[in-house]
Amino acid sequence: MKHKTLKNLIIALILIFLYLPIIILVLYSFNTSKMNVLFEGFTLDWYKNLFNNRTLLEAFTNTFIIAITSTITSTVLGTIGAIGLYKYNFKFKSFINLLLYIPIVIPEIVLGISLLSVYTLTKLELGMFTLILSHISFSIPFVIVSVRSTFSKSLDTYEEAAKDLGADDIKTFFKITLPQIMPGVISGATLAFTLSLDDVVISYFTAGPGSNTLPLQIYSMIKTGISPDVNALTTLMLLVTMIILFSLTFIQGRKIVGEKK
Amino acid sequence: MKNKVLKRIVLFPIIAYALLLILLPLVYILFLSFCQNDSYGGMIYHFTLSNYLSIFDITYIGILLKSSLIGLVTTFLCICISYPFALVLRERSKNVQNLMTKLIMIPFLTNSLIRTYGWIVLLRKNGVINSALIGTGLIHEPLGLMYNNLGIIIGMTYTLLPFMMLPVCSATFKIDNNLIEAAKDLGAKPLSIFKNIIIPETLPGVFNGSLMVFMPAIGYFFISDILGGGKAMIIGNLIKNQFLTARNWPFGAAISMFLLIITFLLIYIYRKLGGKLDDLGGM
Repeated sequence: MKHKTLKNLIIALILIFLYLPIIILVLYSFNTSKMNVLFEGFTLDWYKNLFNNRTLLEAFTNTFIIAITSTITSTVLGTIGAIGLYKYNFKFKSFINLLLYIPIVIPEIVLGISLLSVYTLTKLELGMFTLILSHISFSIPFVIVSVRSTFSKSLDTYEEAAKDLGADDIKTFFKITLPQIMPGVISGATLAFTLSLDDVVISYFTAGPGSNTLPLQIYSMIKTGISPDVNALTTLMLLVTMIILFSLTFIQGRKIVGEKK
Repeated sequence: MKNKVLKRIVLFPIIAYALLLILLPLVYILFLSFCQNDSYGGMIYHFTLSNYLSIFDITYIGILLKSSLIGLVTTFLCICISYPFALVLRERSKNVQNLMTKLIMIPFLTNSLIRTYGWIVLLRKNGVINSALIGTGLIHEPLGLMYNNLGIIIGMTYTLLPFMMLPVCSATFKIDNNLIEAAKDLGAKPLSIFKNIIIPETLPGVFNGSLMVFMPAIGYFFISDILGGGKAMIIGNLIKNQFLTARNWPFGAAISMFLLIITFLLIYIYRKLGGKLDDLGGM
């Protein structure tokens, strides 16, 4: 009995450690005290303040524009790429495959400065475009790995059957291939979206004037002083992210249930 | 004929991406690392090894050592937290395991910098932890929990923990129960089971986690910036400064190449241990 309590305690402590900083931020977004020390009373003032804080709102919007654009692009490119690399053989294929692992394994700071250097070399102006390009760049390999895990022998058999029955490549792709690999595509997209929202290091090097993202904005605010609006914004961001991710999981779940029927 | 066109259309984007956004940047950094820096923040395209030799300057060796130490302590702490969690959950049902893995992930849907900011609120002199400890009378003077190496280690461990927990959990859950039951029947003590079964079975998972924890832990300059105060420097700060403040790109490029070599070396060992590339960074 005592043994079991100890075991539950271990799990509980680790979960508390994981959730503590977030709970604190959410809690203090409703706190009347500006000092973030004691909880003095309930208020929604920081949320009202937030809607007058144009810099913060702009950073918030930029963050989601970048995340959504780069998720869609990297999911499409990654999925097509994974299929291409699975189906076709060509010279240097194993070399390309190896290259595609690099963004997953190398330190983000190395990816960040190397992208910055190439943007400077090619005279690309730093801004929203370079940010989105960089986010696409580090997301694609994760999508590929995720999509690749859904390929199987039975998929090949289905595709061949469809073609024998007279379906062309395009029709086979939309009717057979895509539904089969959908779980991998969705989990790849989820991963790309999460990675984009979480990124600090690569954005730090590839952002330019007028393309502030939320983390970069908070980073500069930490040095000058943070207002509790940030707590409110963090809470909103958490909410929006959870809604998007839960709906993605929901779509995936329904797909699987639908197939079973 | 039609098939060939389709093949080109399908393969072109991914090959272009691999060459332009992965290979080209790295080759360019390699090239930069052999260039000379002029004192105005520009580059002179003249071959030199001096950037690599400067890394062995006593100041930089100090940063390298301190940074590696922070990375090692962080990795060790992540292992110490992940094993008990995985071992307790191993005995629970599949549903509980899935739920718990989801619960690990949720905090990481918020940006890592925002979570680091949450730690400031907790750790600073008049922060939540110090106020609570003083309030209960356990201490009289606030503890120095941040603006030092302790702050960096707390922040790194927190931010990188899921990269260790997920591979350790998935490796631990996969261990065959019969193996452990058999060992128990033969009279093995828990410690011996841990040493002779759990550790060898989970080794690739732990190494995978260590790779994904150690490398960021020496590169995440924002955590050492925010929780370590202005004085603390890790390799990430050093590279960042060379690119953005000191504007000595060739030297920054040389340190980056140095990090890359360490990474590839660690991956080589990981492959030798039987790890798969597809499992790396698998969140």
